[in-house]
Amino acid sequence: MQITLTVNGEDRALDVDPRVTLLDALREHLNLTGSKKGCDHGQCGACTILLNGRRINACLSLAVMHDGDEITTIEGLGQPGNLSPLQAAFVQNDGYQCGYCTPGQIMSAKGMLAELDMGWPSNVSADLTDIPDLTRTEIRERMSGNLCRCSAYPGICQAIEDAATEEGMTKREAAE
Amino acid sequence: MTEHLKMDQVQPRLLDETEQGALHAPMPRPEGPLKVTGTATYAAEWKLDGMAEGFMVRAGITKGRFKVDASSVEDMPGFLGVYTDRMVRNSAQGTAGTNPVQPGDQVQYLGQPIAVAVADTFEQARDIALALKVEYTPDDDAHVVMDDSATYEDDDDALDQGDLDAAMADAAFSVDGMWTTKPHNSAAMEPHATLAQWDGDKLTVRSSLQMLNYNKHEIADSLGIDVKNVRVLSPYVGGGFGSKLGMSPECVAAAVAAKALGRPVRVVLHRNHVFETIVLRTETRQRVRLSCDAEGKLTGIGHENWQANLPDEGMAEPVDLATHLLYGGENRRYGQHVAMLNRPASGSVRAPGEAVGMLALENAMDELAEKVGIDPIELRVKNIPDRHPENGTPFSSHGLKACLEDGAERFGWSQRQAPKARREGEWYIGMGVASAARLNLLMESRARVTLNPDGTALVQTDMTDIGTGTYAILGQIAAEMLGIPAEKVTVELGDSDLPEGPGSGGSWGAASAGSAVFLGAKGIRKKLAERLGCGADELRLQDGVATGGNNRRPLAELMDGPISEEGHLEPGQTDDDFTQSGFGAHFAEVAVNAVTGEVRVRRMLAAMAAGRILNPKTAQSQVWGGQIWGIGTALTEGIEHDPRTGHVVNNDLAEYHVPVNLDVGDLDVMFIDERDDQANPMQVKGIGELGLSGAGAAITNAIYNACGVRVRDYPATPDRIFPHLD
Ligand code: FES
Ligand code: FES
Repeated sequence: MQITLTVNGEDRALDVDPRVTLLDALREHLNLTGSKKGCDHGQCGACTILLNGRRINACLSLAVMHDGDEITTIEGLGQPGNLSPLQAAFVQNDGYQCGYCTPGQIMSAKGMLAELDMGWPSNVSADLTDIPDLTRTEIRERMSGNLCRCSAYPGICQAIEDAATEEGMTKREAAE
Repeated sequence: MTEHLKMDQVQPRLLDETEQGALHAPMPRPEGPLKVTGTATYAAEWKLDGMAEGFMVRAGITKGRFKVDASSVEDMPGFLGVYTDRMVRNSAQGTAGTNPVQPGDQVQYLGQPIAVAVADTFEQARDIALALKVEYTPDDDAHVVMDDSATYEDDDDALDQGDLDAAMADAAFSVDGMWTTKPHNSAAMEPHATLAQWDGDKLTVRSSLQMLNYNKHEIADSLGIDVKNVRVLSPYVGGGFGSKLGMSPECVAAAVAAKALGRPVRVVLHRNHVFETIVLRTETRQRVRLSCDAEGKLTGIGHENWQANLPDEGMAEPVDLATHLLYGGENRRYGQHVAMLNRPASGSVRAPGEAVGMLALENAMDELAEKVGIDPIELRVKNIPDRHPENGTPFSSHGLKACLEDGAERFGWSQRQAPKARREGEWYIGMGVASAARLNLLMESRARVTLNPDGTALVQTDMTDIGTGTYAILGQIAAEMLGIPAEKVTVELGDSDLPEGPGSGGSWGAASAGSAVFLGAKGIRKKLAERLGCGADELRLQDGVATGGNNRRPLAELMDGPISEEGHLEPGQTDDDFTQSGFGAHFAEVAVNAVTGEVRVRRMLAAMAAGRILNPKTAQSQVWGGQIWGIGTALTEGIEHDPRTGHVVNNDLAEYHVPVNLDVGDLDVMFIDERDDQANPMQVKGIGELGLSGAGAAITNAIYNACGVRVRDYPATPDRIFPHLD
């Protein structure tokens, strides 16, 4: 089937089997292997990308459902030598070990910060109507869809805290 | 030229004299920018022209014979072939170096890989694999439960020293208990994957493996070809934790299919296949006995275990590994009984032995301390032996006391109260402690180091970096020894054509591969000293300038071309003459919900004595990993086998619960300053598994201190706690 995806700001025309997931369309058809496949089942978060600005698991969606959609992958954030604030903070804080979950963590963090910035509450927010702060607990809760078996969670949280302001967290100071 | 060292005697502490400052620094990983931009290439991410896709077919019965009917799928779109030749039963054991069992048409467990379906695209191959008709002739003698009627292989040489029964009978205080742990899965985030390509007789395998020096032999042996014709590439490995020590089944499947089709074939394991066809950690039943006198001095230790494996694996979880050396006590008894079951094979998962053995031992110590009425730290310190309590060798270094005492201070251990004394709302709060120990190992290793006149250097070995920091530390060692900034060193890993390293496993990577790099660079230093006209021990190298014997010259002036040296390290006499072990102490503070029994780990501290710490940033990450794996083993992880078929019921990442971000409280890590002179020429010891040893026991001991419930069956899920709350 013919579809066009806008990937990292560029229109990409594709002819895909309807069984192809959005993740495989990126990895196999567009050769954007930065998005990882850890489970292919929506269980690990390694394939997290931004779809029209929101984070999703790309393995849980079929490519043909996304004709005309805007997609941001890790390749769209920065390159070696020109890292985005989050990417640089992950390097600085050792927010990874093997690196396999890392693009998903970073894309998820990007989406998560935007959600926080919009005032979305989470399961650990004290109040559903109050605007939540960027606390360590909020980060942990909101990043719990991204597994890291190397267990770099402390570094991941620190990296997110360090980069939050530069990543455009406008409304609130990082707290806790 | 080769700079060779057999570790027969203590070597000078050269790394305390070098002046570059590249080592001991918390340097970020050099490959970090590739990892955070998604440009590091993992096994499944290589593309080759004409590449076909394979999908593994799994056995649908527990035991019997099978026959595939390829005609049932050959009309499906994209069909290229279905192959069963040379299929291996499961991944190879770590350091096997030979083929795993190749059972032909026999099925020995549910989920065993029996064929690979190959097609033009992944989607086609997957559909073909699922549609393939397989005829089974089931046997009726499958055994899948570790019960009394299973067949056990006993360790006939298990140590029995003194008279433990008498010691138990005479003891002022004693503990005699049974602990159980469920099987564990490594669950590395990158599934195993292989892209196989033939060029005539030569096979290139791009795969995700930890030990290329063994893996190339395993692949060659499985395929019946000469190892000279096998090249394995694993520059980036998305986590291993033991699961990629040995060659995985898709290596053979991809190679067989690629040969038959005359085109490259890629096979990526589905997550379910990872859970079934890659070795997992066995379940264990452990009986621990401790006896002591009125003051808490141990008189006896017993540690007997029951576990499971498939026949012919030749591997047993060394459950009592740390028990042998950790505490004194004259009367000691061990025993190992391996049930032969038709379930996925057992093998190494991070810290084989200690990961589960220390849960039982360190819980028992906590129980004993309570009976004696002394602090659990005091009990442990009191029982630190002067020498190995069984073979009498001296310890190369022993940091346990420092870890326990300095750790206690830093953690605020003195704030610990009696069980159930501290409550915040509906949460009981408690603290726990456990010792850590991990035998230190050294393996033969080679590495080539090349220094260029422009002050850059290259390090090459077939060693892998599975997230452990190899790229960083090998570059730092070379930089330190050669007196150049670490950014000037390029490290090439994960290519079996490079000099043979030790592979990543057993926490021996940094010590072994690192020492080979150290030696290679030492060889270069000798040459530079000659050229400068000074003795090697007078030579000072810093920022590309050599100084010695009243001479001072930039490297460029000393060198008319690159200098290349191979470092070659072999373990030697110090290995036999000394007991070498990393030691540590884990502290945990937990909250236990008084209504639901839910446990939250609020904070942990790991105090680690592991010799010289090469890079505190990557070492800290290794310890974080251990602590968090400790949370998993204590609270969340356990494979469930269907008792009728042996099926791994929770064979994915939704049902097998590895810790997530919110499961992890505040983690603190401290390193005790130490040099282990007997260990290797760099005085370092392994850290990756030490961080897990005992970590889970600190948590369950804290659970008891919080709410008064002793958990002996792991993991400590709420159902094992709340019925006992009052
Ligand atoms: S690969 Fe998509 S969530 Fe795991
Ligand atoms: S860095 Fe290895 S899984 Fe997260």
